[in-house]
Amino acid sequence: MSPQLPAAAPELSQAFCILFIFLLPLALAGLALINTGLSRSRSAAHSMMATLCVMGVAASAYFVTGFAWQGYPGLPAHTLSIFGKEWSWLGAGNFFLRGVALNGSPASLAALLQMLSVGLAALVPLGAAAERWRLRACCLSTAILAGITYPLFAHWVWGGGWLGRLGQNYGLGAGFLDAGGSSTIQAVGGLTALSMVWLLGPRRGKYNLEGMPAALPGHNTVYVLFGCVLTLVGWMGLNAAGSILFAHIEPGRTVLVAVNTLLSASGAVLAAAAITRYRFGKPDASLSANGWVCGLVASSAGCAYVPPAAALLIGLVAGALVTFTVAWMEAHLGLDDPAGAISVHALGGVWGILAVGLFPCTVAVGGVAFGIPVAIQGPGPSGQMLAQIVGVATLVGFVLPLTYSLNWLLNRFVPQRIPPEEERHGADLYELGAGAYPEFMTHTDEFSQW
Amino acid sequence: MKVTGLLMMPSGWFIVLTALILLRGILAQDLFVAAGAGVEILGLVLFTRSNLMIKRGHE
Repeated sequence: MSPQLPAAAPELSQAFCILFIFLLPLALAGLALINTGLSRSRSAAHSMMATLCVMGVAASAYFVTGFAWQGYPGLPAHTLSIFGKEWSWLGAGNFFLRGVALNGSPASLAALLQMLSVGLAALVPLGAAAERWRLRACCLSTAILAGITYPLFAHWVWGGGWLGRLGQNYGLGAGFLDAGGSSTIQAVGGLTALSMVWLLGPRRGKYNLEGMPAALPGHNTVYVLFGCVLTLVGWMGLNAAGSILFAHIEPGRTVLVAVNTLLSASGAVLAAAAITRYRFGKPDASLSANGWVCGLVASSAGCAYVPPAAALLIGLVAGALVTFTVAWMEAHLGLDDPAGAISVHALGGVWGILAVGLFPCTVAVGGVAFGIPVAIQGPGPSGQMLAQIVGVATLVGFVLPLTYSLNWLLNRFVPQRIPPEEERHGADLYELGAGAYPEFMTHTDEFSQW
Repeated sequence: MKVTGLLMMPSGWFIVLTALILLRGILAQDLFVAAGAGVEILGLVLFTRSNLMIKRGHE
């Protein structure tokens, strides 16, 4: 019989969790590089500058109102009693993190993780609305996302809210499951990206008079592919920290989380490369990069629950999904999304959520992360798929209309789009007064006939 | 059409919530949740189409 490691002490969970959270900025750096590489050189500096501003605004807004409204299981919350069932719908904490002991307690670690992950969610619309979104407007829109939309939905899933309790209240499996944020971070970010693309419209020259899209290639594929490598490290940290804090796994089981994350990304990039090789004769680098990130996005929800073979399959489907939907949305839905963010984060996130209901899950009941005993169940309980569908229905039926309406309202007061005539010179010159690559002559419409 | 599409999405969501709260049979619950999701998808399609028509109108 092989020797057993001692049961996880709270301090061990705490130390692992802090370490994993410190990896998360690499995911933001990777996504920033992907967004910048997939946009044209005339807006490269604007893209990176917007990333920094968005991260700053997201962390600040989350600090002011976000954590108070998101909360954490065990902290005060507003509840409704409906036919004898408690529906927790909003955290009732203090603004400015008052009352949260920043000493390594689970709530404080959740606050730290969320201050970074809300920035990750805010980077998603930045990629979709690249080259035409004003800096001031994207900061204000991020404040709405980090201060209102994100915490509200995250409370329902992670803060002890009604979605997470669907199992206890209505017998739907173990309730809505999402360990690493396929829904709370990725799908919320992806749906915000969709709203922004609807509101801003396509880039100048993207569509001709017949509505046919033109190719406006990104300016640096090396940025994009290196960004993919960085996202893997950051995602492993995100999924592992999320699994300890929200899925209550032992620190040792983060090995499973990391294996699942890597396998899902691997399956996705291989599927995307193979499909584009089959369709176009050569593998497409930008679609393969999109496939990689889509695999990571889809891995998040089930990373702590599904076996590795299922994670690989989740990745393969995610990679296939993204190769078809990016072009389809551009050609048939008129969505000009330079980074493919809607397909990657919204659709990839939804696929990740549903996959938890499709595959057998091992669910930790109770909690072990901070020394509380835990029971490990076998295959996921019945009703799990219905709980996951209710989560997706909430994203489409509540989060999307809310985020669209709030951004539409913002657009009435602060025009969000760079004037089309200024787009020709690029967002760098219009917003920052200088280009990212001043030694090169760019800024011609070399790829655009219109 | 745009506003109708936008309003249909939360309407579908309310059907889903109502199914959870009021119905107990697994089949009935599944059916009503599916119906709610269907209304949401219809709203999404309507909203997307209206955006597309507006874009083409501008062109």
